[in-house]
Amino acid sequence: MKNIIAIFQKQIKDTLKNKSVLIEFLIFPIMSIIMEYSIHIEGMPEHFFANMFAAMYVGMAPLVAMSAIISEEKEKNTLRVLLMSNVKPAEYLIGVGCYIWIICMMGSCAIGISGGYKGKMLLSFLTIIGVGVLVSMLIGAAIGTSSKNQMAATSLTVPVMVVFAFLPMLSTFNESIEKVAKIAYSQQVSILINGIGKTGASAENAVIISGNFLIAVVLFGYAYKKSGMA
Amino acid sequence: MKGKERRIRMEYVIEMQDVVRNFDRKEVLKGVNLKVSPGEIFGLLGPSGAGKTTIIKILTGQLRCTKGASMILGQDTGALEPFVYRKMGMMMDNLGLYERLSCYDNLKLFAKIYQVPRGRISEVLRQVDLADAAREPVSKLSKGMRGRLALARAVMNEPEILFLDEPSSGLDPQAVSMIHQLIKKEQERGAAIFLTTHNMEEASKLCDHIALLNEGKIVEYGSPKEICLRYNHQNKLQIRLLDGRNVALPNGSMAADEVKDYLEKEMVETIHSTEPSLETVFMELTGRRFE
Repeated sequence: MKNIIAIFQKQIKDTLKNKSVLIEFLIFPIMSIIMEYSIHIEGMPEHFFANMFAAMYVGMAPLVAMSAIISEEKEKNTLRVLLMSNVKPAEYLIGVGCYIWIICMMGSCAIGISGGYKGKMLLSFLTIIGVGVLVSMLIGAAIGTSSKNQMAATSLTVPVMVVFAFLPMLSTFNESIEKVAKIAYSQQVSILINGIGKTGASAENAVIISGNFLIAVVLFGYAYKKSGMA
Repeated sequence: MKGKERRIRMEYVIEMQDVVRNFDRKEVLKGVNLKVSPGEIFGLLGPSGAGKTTIIKILTGQLRCTKGASMILGQDTGALEPFVYRKMGMMMDNLGLYERLSCYDNLKLFAKIYQVPRGRISEVLRQVDLADAAREPVSKLSKGMRGRLALARAVMNEPEILFLDEPSSGLDPQAVSMIHQLIKKEQERGAAIFLTTHNMEEASKLCDHIALLNEGKIVEYGSPKEICLRYNHQNKLQIRLLDGRNVALPNGSMAADEVKDYLEKEMVETIHSTEPSLETVFMELTGRRFE
């Protein structure tokens, strides 16, 4: 536990000075606040910008942050030094993962409040996003673990992130994309948050998100076995 | 019998027996044997690509040996238990420092991991003369300062074994001198130090024993002095006289009168024995220069 706390605290200090990662956490909450308070079009669905940016946030911020942090630590050899100091790979991943999850939940909270979510609805909003963030983190961890350096990680992260972050938005414009997008967890997150207060979660939502989660676990397991943590 | 064997093994904090390591089909280590006692400074010398880092990686559990046995503190390095890591300190060639964090924060992270009191951070920073730069981010430090910080981190938990991979590579003389002083202090504290270097002068100055490694094989082992004397084929005294002449005399009693004569006439500028340097010994053994 002490190692997890040490990694968590280190990560807070490090990310506050790492602008490229910090911006991933801040950009969508800021965009959401600005858009929700400045744009009002007649006939626009309720919580429109908050829901759209929340789905994009889930597909982008945790995935990019996890992959960037792990690949940077591998490239700079800091992860090896940690592991040689008796920090277990699981402790490292939990320490970094907890940090990213909490920051993302704080960002999501800002998005939710800017969209007018309150009370139970805000809690449902955060619960759905919390699950989506976990899947994204696992995919990011798989990419970071399998990459030798940040350059290699970025070349993998960007296309994956674009697919998951932008599918929910693109599917609102095109039915064919919507049909395909259904299999992605980020699209399911989008469907669920758009249904808050209207429709509950269906078995289909749960199965698809669980399926995505399992695939992410398998991908991470494969990357870990193939490349090792450091 | 088993108990006796164990007692014999524990006389050494590091032990490698016939260690072979292959990368794909290439044999990088070809039957390496070495032993390091507690409180000893052991130097592994060899040119780039000789296999020094591979040996350190095997000893620290980062790599497994293909054949042979490798032990550290009586533990198989292929399955090191957590207590062994707590007794090790390490400074690898790639320093592994957090660039955006300050010197103090870098050490604070490891102080928490090793569960050492915070006061120890300031203590090690003072030892490596980085107390004034404690709040500076690592990205603003010079190469020498980074090396010293990595060494401070390596000694923070007062390890029983300290691994130093090329600790003075590319550093200025002042930083090298400080690192040497700290290495000596660690030895006085009782730590065994395993250092790799291709700096012969550093090895001669610091090490109790050295091993010369070439293409994955240890070609010579002993104290620096022993090795140089072993290859002192000329075994002569080289006298430089004040008038500029150089005189070579056999190193033995038969030359005593002649040496005495030069000394009495106050003609001697310098007297040296002709034992070779470690570099010359390495060249004689391998036909290669240190690079």
